[in-house]
Amino acid sequence: MIKLIGIVVVAVGFALRLNTLLVVVLAAIVTGLVAGFSFHEIMRLAGQYFIDNRFMVLPVILMVPVVGVLERHGLQERVASLMRQSRAATAGRVLWFYQALREVTSMVGLSVGNHAAMVRPLVAPMAEGAADVEARPGAAHGAAATIRAHAAASENVGNFFADDIFVAVGALLLIKGFFDAVGVEVALRDIQLWSLPTALWAMAVGWWRYRVLDRRLARTAREPGRVVDSPK
Amino acid sequence: MTLLTLELFLVVAGVVVLAVAASIARDASHPRRWGAAAFWALLALALIGGKQLPPMAVGYGLLAMTLLAATRQVEAPGFAAFDPAAIDADVARLRNRLVWPVVLVPVIAIAAGFALPLVRGAGFVLVDPKQGSLVGIGLGCVCAMVVALRVTRERPAPAVAEGGRLLQLLGWTLLLPPMLAALGGIFAKAGVGEVIAQYVAAVLPVQLPVAAVVAYCAGMALFTILLGNAFAAFPVMTLGVGLPFIVQQHGGNPAIMGALGMLSGYCGTLVTPMAANFNLVPVKLLELPDDYAVIRAQAPFAAAIWVFNVTAMAACVYRF
Repeated sequence: MIKLIGIVVVAVGFALRLNTLLVVVLAAIVTGLVAGFSFHEIMRLAGQYFIDNRFMVLPVILMVPVVGVLERHGLQERVASLMRQSRAATAGRVLWFYQALREVTSMVGLSVGNHAAMVRPLVAPMAEGAADVEARPGAAHGAAATIRAHAAASENVGNFFADDIFVAVGALLLIKGFFDAVGVEVALRDIQLWSLPTALWAMAVGWWRYRVLDRRLARTAREPGRVVDSPK
Repeated sequence: MTLLTLELFLVVAGVVVLAVAASIARDASHPRRWGAAAFWALLALALIGGKQLPPMAVGYGLLAMTLLAATRQVEAPGFAAFDPAAIDADVARLRNRLVWPVVLVPVIAIAAGFALPLVRGAGFVLVDPKQGSLVGIGLGCVCAMVVALRVTRERPAPAVAEGGRLLQLLGWTLLLPPMLAALGGIFAKAGVGEVIAQYVAAVLPVQLPVAAVVAYCAGMALFTILLGNAFAAFPVMTLGVGLPFIVQQHGGNPAIMGALGMLSGYCGTLVTPMAANFNLVPVKLLELPDDYAVIRAQAPFAAAIWVFNVTAMAACVYRF
């Protein structure tokens, strides 16, 4: 029971809106102390886990200088103007298409993007351009903020729900490995087969959510006298 | 012997961060000059030093970085907006050449991820197959950087400045993904998961086949929300609830249970601030006004997909 105190720390920390990093570190320290580790030992464990997982920051750190240089010369503006020329493109359709692309490539075990490499430089400005919202790097408000949040959602949903259905590389191998380890016989093909319906359903849910987004944007744009992009 | 290792790209990333730290330290107008410079220098050190550093020193370094973040030393300063006229002139001149470097990254990452592990000779491999995809991404980014500098005719210094602008927007959220992995590791060592599985099994009427399905899927989502990671939740919930009740007691199909169980966990990932790299990093990266903007956009997805998973599992797991 007392072992759950770390989770209580996390819950209270989030409720009080403390700095997330601080909350995580406090939860780790408290849980470690309760489990009988010394403070030095907890610091050693945290350091070791960080070293083992520091590759997680690699795609972001190496990508941001590329994006930064290009957007100084108008990357977002160019991407948005390409979309603005198209009559058929709407923000919702762009995002549905990106989610579909992300799902199809995930199915064969490929990862085409993440928030730093695709969403900020390409997907978000494409959707903003399609919705005729001014796409410039910088803080987003109103319609632009809604579009960008949905762009991040299309990346995450596309990434999660079609994991390696045809070529198993990640999560499915973990499931298979777990069942192997506990001596339950499971065929990889069956796990792959039963992952497929949710992948298709995620596309259907996407179709609904992005239509809702398009309707909302159309309504805001029609309302007379209301500026879509007014900064708060 | 491996020629292109992940360590090599981590050193490159560390050098980028170190350059950012140096440029902050030189910038007298930076409102939190020394705190921010110290934060980024410590991160650079941990990235470059990595396995050569004693883990305890890295741990105390992380503690120092956390304190700098908690005392608001790492907040991004206000950046001047670009001159719209200059940008429009650049766009008219460079056109689609601006977009190609970004497209190049996934193309190179995928091609290199497939091809490089195949290159091997006597006593050496070019890339460890397990690191293939990450090395591919690293290589893609480095190539794209070269192309981007050529296209824009910028020198490397402005690239560091622009990269530094985006890194400072991200700030301490960049540290969260590996720190949450560390928290998950400490939770696992302390045996937190087992306690949660016991509670879920005790609170819900898992003797009923359908209730067992709901308990398992709810447990996967809940545990993922608390830990931010469905991969950590899976073994715990499956050992504590899934296998004993759905498979052993009620004779359910483990493949269906495993697949839909993991996918139920992902619904939790969509709505938790603990999954920082998916839900909080993009808030900073896209410069959204509200920390929970991405989670709010994703909540309807999560609910609709979770209900589908539970329904599908309840309908199929005991039948096939």
